[in-house]
Amino acid sequence: MSSLLEPSRGGRFRAALRAEWTKFRTVRGWMIGLAFAALMVVLFTFLQANGKHTGYCTTPNPSSCVTGHQYVPTGPSGEAVADTYELVAKRLTGDGTITARITTLAGRISAGPANEAPSAAETQPGLTSWAKAGLLVTPSTGQGSSYAAVMATGGHAVRFQYDYTHDQAGLPGSISSTAPRWLRLTRTRDTITGYDSSDGINWHRVGSAHLGGLPTTVNVGLFATSPTTSQGLATQATASFDHITIGPPTDGAARTVPGPWHGSNIGAGPHDYYTTLGNGGYRQAGDSIVVTGSGDIGPAVASAGGDTASDPLLFGLVIALIVLIVIGTMFITSEYRRGLIRTTFAATPRRGRVLAVKAVVIGGVAFVVGAVASAVAIPLGEHVMSANGNYIFPAGSLTVARVIVGSGALVALTAVAVLGIGTILRRSAGAILVGVVVFVLPTLTGPGIIGPTSSASAATWLYRVTPAAGFSMLGLLPRSRLVSYPYTMANGYYPLPPWAGLLILGAYAAAALFAARVVLGRRDA
Amino acid sequence: MTDALRAEWTKLRTISGTWWLMVGAVAVTVAASAGIAASTHVSPGGPGGANGAGQDPTKLSLIGLDLGQAVIAVLAVLAVTDEYGTGMIRVTLAATPRRAVMLGAKAVNIAGLALVTALPAVTGSLIAGRLLLPDAGPNPAHGYGLISIAHGPTLRAAFGSVLYLGLIALLSLGIGTVLRDTAVSTGTVLALLYLPPLLAQLVSGPWRRHIQQIAPMSAGLAIQATRNIRSLPISPWAGLEILAAWAAGMLLVGLAVLKARDA
Repeated sequence: MSSLLEPSRGGRFRAALRAEWTKFRTVRGWMIGLAFAALMVVLFTFLQANGKHTGYCTTPNPSSCVTGHQYVPTGPSGEAVADTYELVAKRLTGDGTITARITTLAGRISAGPANEAPSAAETQPGLTSWAKAGLLVTPSTGQGSSYAAVMATGGHAVRFQYDYTHDQAGLPGSISSTAPRWLRLTRTRDTITGYDSSDGINWHRVGSAHLGGLPTTVNVGLFATSPTTSQGLATQATASFDHITIGPPTDGAARTVPGPWHGSNIGAGPHDYYTTLGNGGYRQAGDSIVVTGSGDIGPAVASAGGDTASDPLLFGLVIALIVLIVIGTMFITSEYRRGLIRTTFAATPRRGRVLAVKAVVIGGVAFVVGAVASAVAIPLGEHVMSANGNYIFPAGSLTVARVIVGSGALVALTAVAVLGIGTILRRSAGAILVGVVVFVLPTLTGPGIIGPTSSASAATWLYRVTPAAGFSMLGLLPRSRLVSYPYTMANGYYPLPPWAGLLILGAYAAAALFAARVVLGRRDA
Repeated sequence: MTDALRAEWTKLRTISGTWWLMVGAVAVTVAASAGIAASTHVSPGGPGGANGAGQDPTKLSLIGLDLGQAVIAVLAVLAVTDEYGTGMIRVTLAATPRRAVMLGAKAVNIAGLALVTALPAVTGSLIAGRLLLPDAGPNPAHGYGLISIAHGPTLRAAFGSVLYLGLIALLSLGIGTVLRDTAVSTGTVLALLYLPPLLAQLVSGPWRRHIQQIAPMSAGLAIQATRNIRSLPISPWAGLEILAAWAAGMLLVGLAVLKARDA
């Protein structure tokens, strides 16, 4: 019977929720504070984006300096890529096969300082692990075009790679004249398959790629390239090929497409962003071809020198955090100050429910403020930065949505955590002090904010274990295992993956709320 | 004036929170300084040493003040906002109707308490730095002297840091008087202290320097520098004067609104 007369469990929760929401929305100062927080996010995003200007120089002479950014190619799926290499190719119409033996792969590393333009005169021998040389099929020599390649590398043995981000491993071991590698690519309509062999007789399939919309006639040939080291030094790789055949698959190695080889040094102009060592080139000696190249074919990382859509968002979000810390504290401490808490508990005797409902209200409100503000601020900042000539790393709409959700969640979890702290301490000053020290101060060591290297490890540590980990949700810089690059805080990379970072912040909020629940249950109001 | 001073002193003295906050400020400052000093790893031939900037052992060992000042700020804010929260302010103003005398008495008491707190906090931090930093790298073998207040710039840094905390307290008292609410005042003071240094790192060019020259924390803490004074955005004493101007300005605004409105 009682279930008919008394509101259900869900009904009581909804009633408590409505009560808390009414208490919240009728305090004018809090609503003004929320609007102020959102406004600050948008305003400071605009100001920071507006303060970013890019320019570069093509020679040491200052008169060669121009505003704007260097060219960063965009790959087939819209990502930023590096596409700088030496290609020695012929045109192949229809299906076909290219086979070659690679006998040597050697390299040189710039010996000059990393911050100076590398010079071919100042080098020392050395091969980077992702130096690449092998066979490549591409419809176009334009940067960022689709491709598939099978290659020998400096330290990763034989690989089959296509469209910048896809990678499969082939035969292990490094190349030498006593242990050469045979490489083969076959084209069958849109499918490119890569093979390798240690003797040219027993072939082993490394991988295959489906390149949609591949035209009938494509460039097929040999390539070499060598990326900058993780210290930022430019490098160069030289590879020797022999036993080179190109022909229709039925003829096999018997016939070769007639006509001369065409060498192209792709993506190494003064306006291309990738730092190269010397000019690429090739020379033919009898049946063999020696190809020299510098650059990379792969994903672009922070060294491409761009900004991300979330870069100017940080400062405004920190202001919003402080405002929500103040409001989240007052949401509970003002009830203690005025004695309203006794009325609240009289109306909803279940302490846990009061705390939960308050957390839902402040968390929901904070989420909306953070998410709406960043949803407005991100496109605005992107527009302003682009107008100022900055390069912005392309980010998919799902990734941008993650940043928007992350901004909301960051503010929401902080507000909920501070609600817990306020419940425990019952005093505004103490709760805000703890809130700011624990949830805001660690972020002050953030990306690009860290000074000497001695504090870099401290910053990394803070962004792993303190609530600042939540800011990982803003990370948009691309990283790839196909590129040797120091993915450090100093270079703008958060040490944790986005959702893992948010989980750390969530753990702090959950701990604060749990402690508050325990304390509430034990003491009188 | 003497009666007002004694009244404010009695109020502050008899709140247990005052003493807890003072002890907390000292503990937080010394603990943070010691923690940073113990976890610092300085490579003398590293980037810091190579470009001539090097490390500043005195400044490094006083880094706990960055944290401890927040506690002092809360202490000062509470001295006035707590009275508004409880309605005590009406009794206070009935007893001391002259707003300037009341605020002056509060300022003297709060500044005194802040200075008394700062003395052990600064001393403890310097001792921690002297004991712990040599193991971290900045030691005599690497060309860094042991921290000693016999060294002129270190004495200036120590004395100036004590004054710095006193001025932070006055600035916080002024903001508390203007805003009256504990939560809003605390949030505002901490935002005013901690946000400009963050903003300065995010902007480039002359703006960074200007922010470091006028922000209360960045300018005021210039007093802690003992090396490469010329490369600072603002000279030590000028920086402390900027902070003093902030504190005086906020107290004056506080006095003006105190006179203009009802309690």
